[in-house]
Formats: sequence, structure tokens, C-alpha cells
Amino acid sequence: MTGIAFLLNGTPVRLTGESPTRTLLDWLRETRGLKGTKEGCNEGDCGACTVIVTDADGPKSVNACILFLPQVHGKAVRTVEGLTGPQGEMHPVQQAMVDHHGSQCGFCTPGFVMSMAAAHATGRRDHDDVLAGNLCRCTGYAPILRAAEAAATRPVPDWMTEDPSFFSDQISPGESAQQTGGGAPPLLPRSADALAAACLAHPDATLIAGATDVGLWITKQLRDLSPVIFLNSVADLQKIEHRDESIRIGAGVTVEALRLAMQDPHPSLAELLRRYASVQVRNSATIGGNIANGSPIGDGPPALIALGARLHLRRGDDRREMPLEAFFLDYRKQDRRPGEFVEAVTIPAAAPAFRVYKLSKRFDQDISAVCGGFNLTVTGGRIAAARIAFGGMAGIPKRAAHAEAALLDQPWTEATIRAAMAAMAEDFQPLADMRASAGYRMRTAQNMLLRYFHDLAGHAVSVLEVTP
Amino acid sequence: MSIGKPLPHDSAPLHVTGQARYLDDIPLPPDTLHLAFGLSGIACGEIASMDLAAVRAAPGVVAVITAEDLARRFGGIPDCSPSIGDEPLLTSGRIEFHSRPVFLVVAESHLAARKAARLARIDWREEPALLTVEEALAAGSRFESGPVIWQRGDAEAAIAAAPRRLEGEIEVGGQEHFYLEGQIAAALPGDDGGMHVLSSTQHPTEVQHKVAHALHLPMSAVRVETRRMGGGFGGKESQGNWLALACAVAARITGRPCKMRYDRDDDMVVTGKRHDIKLRYRVGFDDEGRVLGIDYTHLLRCGWSQDLSLPVGDRAMLHAENCYWMPNIRIESHRLKTNTASATAYRGFGGPQGIIGAERVMDHIAFALKKDPVEVRRINYYTEMAAPGAAGDQTAPEAVQTTPYHMPVEDFIGRAMTDDLLASCDYHGRKAGIAAWNAENPLLKRGIAFTPVKFGISFTLTWLNQAGALVHVYQDGSIHLNHGGTEMGQGLNQKVAQVVADVFGVDTGQIRITPTDTGKVPNTSATAASSGSDLNGMASQAAALTIRDRMAALLAEKHQVAAQEVRFADGLVTVGGEEYPFEQVAAWAYQARVSLSSTGFYATPKITWDRMRGRGRAFYYFAYGVAVTEVVLDTLTGENRILRADILHDTGTSLNPALDIGQVEGAYVQGAGWLTTEELVWDGKGRLATHAPSTYKIPACSDRPREFNVRLWNHPNPEAAVGKSKAVGEPPFNLGISAFLALSHAVEACGDGSIYPDLRAPATAEAVLDAVRRVRRDV
Repeated sequence: MTGIAFLLNGTPVRLTGESPTRTLLDWLRETRGLKGTKEGCNEGDCGACTVIVTDADGPKSVNACILFLPQVHGKAVRTVEGLTGPQGEMHPVQQAMVDHHGSQCGFCTPGFVMSMAAAHATGRRDHDDVLAGNLCRCTGYAPILRAAEAAATRPVPDWMTEDPSFFSDQISPGESAQQTGGGAPPLLPRSADALAAACLAHPDATLIAGATDVGLWITKQLRDLSPVIFLNSVADLQKIEHRDESIRIGAGVTVEALRLAMQDPHPSLAELLRRYASVQVRNSATIGGNIANGSPIGDGPPALIALGARLHLRRGDDRREMPLEAFFLDYRKQDRRPGEFVEAVTIPAAAPAFRVYKLSKRFDQDISAVCGGFNLTVTGGRIAAARIAFGGMAGIPKRAAHAEAALLDQPWTEATIRAAMAAMAEDFQPLADMRASAGYRMRTAQNMLLRYFHDLAGHAVSVLEVTP
Repeated sequence: MSIGKPLPHDSAPLHVTGQARYLDDIPLPPDTLHLAFGLSGIACGEIASMDLAAVRAAPGVVAVITAEDLARRFGGIPDCSPSIGDEPLLTSGRIEFHSRPVFLVVAESHLAARKAARLARIDWREEPALLTVEEALAAGSRFESGPVIWQRGDAEAAIAAAPRRLEGEIEVGGQEHFYLEGQIAAALPGDDGGMHVLSSTQHPTEVQHKVAHALHLPMSAVRVETRRMGGGFGGKESQGNWLALACAVAARITGRPCKMRYDRDDDMVVTGKRHDIKLRYRVGFDDEGRVLGIDYTHLLRCGWSQDLSLPVGDRAMLHAENCYWMPNIRIESHRLKTNTASATAYRGFGGPQGIIGAERVMDHIAFALKKDPVEVRRINYYTEMAAPGAAGDQTAPEAVQTTPYHMPVEDFIGRAMTDDLLASCDYHGRKAGIAAWNAENPLLKRGIAFTPVKFGISFTLTWLNQAGALVHVYQDGSIHLNHGGTEMGQGLNQKVAQVVADVFGVDTGQIRITPTDTGKVPNTSATAASSGSDLNGMASQAAALTIRDRMAALLAEKHQVAAQEVRFADGLVTVGGEEYPFEQVAAWAYQARVSLSSTGFYATPKITWDRMRGRGRAFYYFAYGVAVTEVVLDTLTGENRILRADILHDTGTSLNPALDIGQVEGAYVQGAGWLTTEELVWDGKGRLATHAPSTYKIPACSDRPREFNVRLWNHPNPEAAVGKSKAVGEPPFNLGISAFLALSHAVEACGDGSIYPDLRAPATAEAVLDAVRRVRRDV
């Protein structure tokens, strides 16, 4: 490719000849000699490689280990080496980490510091969530939290606010990074139309949005992906449109952007998206990628199916739409034709009785064992409509048809719920794996319906909301 | 006084700015090669045929090394074992665990080596694997000829005669270390046939010994250097040998520097973990809960090689009684050989596996008697050490009780610590509040539990209890410190620097801390068993005192006073009413041709241990701690949360309270992780299914207790340990057991009190839900 351009710690960088699937981390450490950014797991789970990437929306923490170089095109990258002031002054989060004994072995520390600095720059104080994607094995996190709280009271240093690579709308997407030469795909289409053309021309291409899953195909499976088309510059797929009755979510909307947008209309969905993954992953991952990936344990689809989402697909100028559940045909097999891509998903603007529950071994930055979305309409004490969908219970995200049937037109009582729980046994034959046994999956899927009943009744149903 | 100051970790400014160099960050010569192992695809069997042509032909590959190549070149296959020589580096025949290193790829880059290593075509003759302790027991697959049995009194008769009896079993899973920096080593061949090895190891001397042996070199020709590790936790006590040896043989064969690091997934499948254990108990007790006789069986899963399993198994036995006087006790320990990665050292080194047995029994007795579990513990506690006298001296109790291995317990302080903690955290008030809360909440239940720890401090292999140090004072007054301990985040270097600064009466910043180097201090022990500060602090203090005494003698002569009248404090040396800057005295000493360099040495006194008979003073002293943890669980899913933890921990007179509290907080969370979310899952073929942080879940930020109160007990160690402090690395790990038992109590609250929860560890949400269903007879 030609011309991947970005700012690195304030200095313009232009790269040519790099493999499009080279990770930012490898480039930083091996080519650029910036060794402060660490490799801990090489799969986006530990956060030791956290860097700050700033675009028009502001600074964001991301995992450099599963971020491909073309994904930072037109953006500003800041590593731990670029966090101190011009005279080597420590950033407030760095000083606080020293003062509060926030480092022990220190290997995770640069990643923590970068997550903390990104949050500090934007005024975020929900430290548990900010740091959910940074693993520390030494400290037990307590001193790191003390440091984060102490630094929060300190102003953002001048060198951060004055640095054009922060809070700047001056960053242009840069020059086109399109590959030269006939027939080669534009790696970085800038519009949905360009993407549509590229997909038609290269129906075998791998589409890369956030690379939070595809990244592992490279770093763990050591696959060669070619050709690839990067979606991160397709600006018109990154919009959320609020209409009277519905919300249309572009496929390129990141999970974090969607989480923020869902806090009012669908708070339960917003909370699920918080637990979808760490901040770093949410800042990269897109809702379209989560759907198109077709994972049976992706968290977006069961929630969206329960909400009654409709999926918009595009191939060239052909567009079609379908209920989201119809897209998932079989394990890792979707109703997507060659050259077709996910353009958007539409959900209702309101669904007051919608709830979604995620069950995983660890609360944060973990993959669901079971994820259940529930959306019932109760009219005059009877259940008038029921949409229940699960992830983790079948080879695809799937509705619980028998359970729904057992609920429909029945009185809204615990007896009805228990009958539907029994009926759910007909809906699924879940697998056993390292996350959960089959029996546990079935039992908790059934119990989630009971939780839903208590939840709507206003009972305490979440251990996360219990305070000491 | 620099001892006792809450100074930050000496590398903290380097950590936070990303300047701290770990091995992978150290610039190496540009011709450095990179290595990767090809791994076995079966857990048990033989290699039928191996075709490595595609590996050799892969881009960037410089060499592919097989077991035959090593045998030809070195007259045998180098061994990686820290114990009995049962870990050949590579194999062309026998496979004893899944993902066993088979061959070695040497390539121009890390990625090229990894890619090439996957291109081998190997046919396997697969045999049924022994994966569980039951399978190994049935097959007679074990280390040592039979179980190790220690006893004191007559457990069988005491159990039979006891008014009440119960028995039980608990399964406790293993634990992946998950040091953030994976295993890594590099070897640079010297011009004289020697080898310079950089290793992320807790045991540089072991690496030196293994490399020298492999290359047929004297140990003097191998130099091993360790600046810092990105975490160790025991996982770098022996497991780093594989990479260091691979680098050394590849460097010898190619003549080029070689570096090797495991990708995280390789690290998790290849290296050993904490031993999982199945623990059975039969106990006889009286109506107050007093243990009269107890019989433990430990089934320890050791994996395919012996590694450190014998001392780990021993230490589990040495902690089987924890804080409790058990007059009649029998412990039978089976060290079972299975087709899994070789279990190894992990913080606590078997101690936690023994202690959880004692705590489970106390809990089970309390359940049976419907007593508060704290009261059952108290009634079984060892006799307390007498309170400090007016002069602050502390004495042993009059009627000294002994451990099951006949060691007098003279320093027990559990009762006073228990009283203090229960009062400060309002245990009884909160317990009542929890019962009321549980009555009102149908879906969520809370639980609270108290557990103590008594942890023995010393290596049980007696000769390891030694350390050396090297201190130089330069003519400008700056001080160079080197000792045999390794820095893995615990703050050892800072603590030792504080000790040395204290001797010279200078600021800690004046002490230059230098990388651990077998060329400076030889014959070191692993930085393990919580012993780092005790051993290296004393050795460094001895070295510093030798130099200080020489400086004092010089000034004493000059001023015609006794040497002990020369005082070193606040950067000044005071003698005969005069004050001189320390650096002035250093310059004078140099000019007076006084040696300003010294080694120091320390050997722990008093310890004698006969492991075959299970008798002796295995430990110099005990470190104590107490914890109360409160949790909440969801009866529909088993999801659970630690709400609050209160800890009071004994580090003697702390050398550095900030670092000690950091150790306690970190150890508690790691211990709680071991017993809650950290689940290792192997499939039926012996493949580890949880081989990455995506599937193996160590505690994340929000998993720490919502409210977390940690205090130090801060009374001097009655023994003459460095600065009257106590070791801190491992003991507080055991306090995580309180989180596990709090979950058990919350499960109890889900039933009618007639069925014991029998919670297994780790208490994942699934394990908790299983236990909830058990107490509700919903199974």
C-alpha cells in the first residue's frame, strides 16, 4: 500500500510497504523501537499494549496488539513515550501512580497509564469501567484506583491540551491511502458507495472494521488475509439516526459510541454494551462487525433480536432488509451474498420492558456463556407480545420460540413464567465448553426469564447493584 | 532511618513512563535470532514419524533443531528439570503432555519462527492419557514409591473415640500464574566459549547451572543476568529453564545471539501451574468444636515431571493444621503423575492447598454444631504468645504446643489479631445484618466469613536458606548494591536498599540498585518462599556493616575514640563532636587505602528439618494474618461479588509499609481469584481449553472488593529477622480463602441449614449455582 499517514506522539509518520495486517504494536516495538508499549497477551484481553488514538471524536484508548496499521490512518497515536511533558514532566496519572504505589512489576503499568490518561482527558471517572481492559496480577487494583481518583482532581496538563494531536478537529483523514495499480482494491474506502464498489470488485475480500476478532486471525491463527478492505474510513456508516419510531445504527458505529447513544432509549442495552468488552475493545469494535461475524456468542445479536431489529444489507446498489434473526442461518453461516455487506441495523426507538442479561465467568471483559434478551408486552395483565433471544445456547443467536409461545396470551404471573421456563427446554440443546456446562446454560437461560419477571416487578436482581 | 519508610518502588518512575526495560525491551545485536518450539498434538503416546521439511523451507528459518541434533551435538538431550533430570528439552519419541516441546525453530524473527513451527507434519501413536488424580491413583502413576505419611498422636483412635465425627472432600483447582510478562530468555555467545544469558527468572543460578550442564561448561563460563521480571509468582522459578536452554543450545549451534519468548497461548499450555488438589478429611471433635483427631488425604496432581512437586506436597502437609492445635493428626499425601503440564511453584507453594483443608474443616464443624465459625476457630487456636512485657520483649507461652511436625509454636498471635479485626470490621453486627437482609431478598443472598493464616517462613530444603550480597562504596560516596535476589515487582530491591541505606545512614536514593548477576553474587537461591528480603536483606546488611566498620575504624583511629562511637546518620558521619559528610569519609577511606567493597553472607539460623520423618523446626518463624470477607450471590445464576474485605496482616516491623500493604492487597485478590473465577479446563484429550486471557479469567479491576481495608499488625518479629520484619510475599495469599468460605456461607443461607454446601473451588458462578441447588435439594 502507499501512504498510511498518522501522527505519532505529535510527529507525522508516513508508511509505505508495510503489510496491511501488521499490527501497530509490532510496528511500534520492532520498527520504531518504542518499547514502552508491551505485549501481554497479543489478543486484546490484557491491555498492556494500550495506546491512545485520537480522531475527530476525541482521544480513545485502544489495544495496539490487534490494531492494524491502516486503522490509524488519518489519526493521532500517542504511546506512553509521548505522555510526559516536553521537559519530561510526568502526566498527573503517572505521578499519582508513583505516589499511590500503583505499580509493582510494572509490566502492565504503561497500559494502565494510557487508559487512565485517555479517561482523564475526557473527564471520565467511572474507573472500574475505564480500567476493565487492563489486567494487573500484582496489585489487586486497589492502589491503581486510588491513583486514578487522585489524578482525577488534577487538570489536564498544558502539553496535552495544547498538543494538536489532542482535542483537535484539525486532524484530516489525510491523503487517500488507496493502493495504486489497476485492479487492486481500495484498502480504505471513504464512503459506503466506494465500499460497495470495492466489495463487488473483490467479493472474496475480508472486511475489517474494528479487528477485535479478525486481529486474532493474524496474531493467533497466523493466517494470511488477502485481500482486505478496511472499513474504518467509511464515514457514512458511522452514523446513528434517531427517527420517530426507530433508531438506525450504521454498521461502522463502534460499540462504545452505541453504548453512549443507548443510555436514554435502551438503558439495559447500554449496560450490556458496557459489559460487551473493555473500553479498548469497545472503542474499536463495531456493531456491524459484531453482527456480520456471526458468532453464536456475540452479545449484540441476542439483544437486538429481542428488540426486534431489522438488518440492512447492501450489494452494489442492491439493498435488502430482513429481521436480524433471519440473517443467522447456521453455525458461522450467514445470509450474506458474495460482495454484500452489512450497512445498518434498525431498532425500535422505545421498548420499556426490554431487558438483556449477560452471564460470564467474570463480569468485565469476558465472553458470554449465556446472553439473553427479553422483550415482552403486557396488556391488561396478559402477555400480548414476546420476543426472547439467546446467545450461547445454539450455533447461532436464536429466539426461544417455544418459550415465547408458552407466554403469549397468558396472564403475567410467575406460574406462566415457570411454564415458559419449562417450554424453553424444547428450544435449545446447548453445548458444554470451557465457559459453562450444557446443563448450566439451560438452567440459567430458564432462570433468566424468572429474573426478568422479578426485574420488572422492581426486585433486586443483580449482584452488581448491591453495595457493602 | 530509611527502614520503615513507605517509599515507592524504586522503579516506579520508570514503570509509569514506560522506560523500565524488561528483557524483550533490551536492545540485542542485530544478528539476533528468534526461537519457537514446535509442540506436540497429543497428551500421551509416541511420535510415529516427523516430517519437518516444510518447517525448514519456511521463510526466515535459519535452523530447525531436533532431539537427535541435540544428542549428536551435545552427547545427550539437555535437561530442564530443577529436580531429577526428567525434562529433556526436546523429544523424538515419548510424549507425556499435550503441547510438549518437540522441536526448535530458529528464525530471523519471532513471527517467522512461530509461523514455521506450525508447519510440521507429525504422525502420533496416541495412547490413553492419565488426566485426573483418580486415573493416576488407579494406575499407580506417582512420584516417590508411595504416599508420604506424617502423623502425630493416634488420629484413628481419637476420631473413633470422639463424641462427634464428620468427613468430607473438597476439590480445589489449579491456577495459572498469568505474570503479565511472559517467559523470555536470550543467550549471547562469548568469544571465549562462554555464554551470557539474560533470563526472566526467579532463579538465575539454576539457569546458570542448567545451561552450563547442557553446554558442558563450568558454571564460571556462564553468566546469567536478570534485571527485572514482569511478575513471577513462582512461575519463573523453574519454568524459564526451557527458554534459556533453548537459547543457549541454539546460540551454540548457530554462533549467533538467540532470543525466545512464548506467545501467551504457548506460555499457558507449555508451562506448569499451581497444583490442583483433591483433599479428603475425617475429623473427630467434641461438642464445642474442638478437634480431637483428624485424618487428611491429599491427592496432588503433579503433571508429567517431578519439577518441585515433592516440596510443594510437603508444604501442603506442613500447613494442613494452619492455626490450630491438632493433637492427633495423620496426613497422607499422594503426588500423582499425570499427562498434563508439570505443576510447579506458585505463591504459597502448596501451603494454600493445605490451609484450605484446615479452614474447610473448621467451617464444616461449625456447620455441624450450628456455631459461629469464628468460635470454632478460636477454640482450636494454638496457645497465644505472651503479650509484650513492659520492655516490649515478647516471650513464648509457657506450655508450648507443637505443630504436627513437632515444631514448637512460640510466636502465635492469632487471638489478638482476631479480636482486633473482628472489632474493627464489626463482624458480629454485620453478620446479624446479613441474616436480616437475606430474609428480605428472595433472589440474592449475602455471606460473611473470617479466616486466619499461619504461614511458615523458610525453604524446607534447608541449604537454600542462604544468601550473598556485594556492596561497593565509591570514593564519591555513592553506593553500588548487588544481591542474589531477583526483582519481580515485590519491591525487594527497594527494601534491601533501605536496609543498606540504614547501615550507612544515607538516603535510599544514594544506593544504586543493580541487576541480579551470577557473576557478582554466586550460588544464589531462588527468590521464592517469601524469603527475598529476609535472606538478601541480611546478606546485604552484613556486607554494608563490614564496610561501615572499616570506615568507622579509620575515623575512630583518627579521633582516638572507640569505633562504636562513630555514628552514621542523615548523610553524615559523627565522631568526637565532629560531623563529616558521608562522601568525605568515603574519599578519606579510599585515600587511606581502606577497602570499600565487601561481600556479605547470611544463613538462616535455628532451622533443622527431616522431611522423610516429617520432624523438625522446618521454619525460622511464622507470619500471621486474618481476614473477613463479605460476598453476595445470585441464586438464579450463581453470579457473585466480593463486597468487602477487611484484613489485618503481620509483617513484623515492616521494612516498608507501602510495599507490604501492596503485597497484601495483591495477594488477597490473587488468592480470591484462585478460588472464584480462575478455572482451568482441560478437554478429554488433555488439551488445556483455557489457554488465553479470553477464556482464563483472572480478577479484573471491578472484581476487587468494593470496600477493601488493609492494615498491618506492626509488632516486631520475635526472631532476629532483618529489621525485626517478617516475610510477606505468600502468607496473605491465603486470606483469599475467606472469600471462598463467605460464598459457602451465602450458599448456606439459600437452604434450610440441613445440608452442607460442599462448594468446590474455584467457586465459579456455575459451581455456586450447583451448591445452591444442593442445599435446596434441587438436584
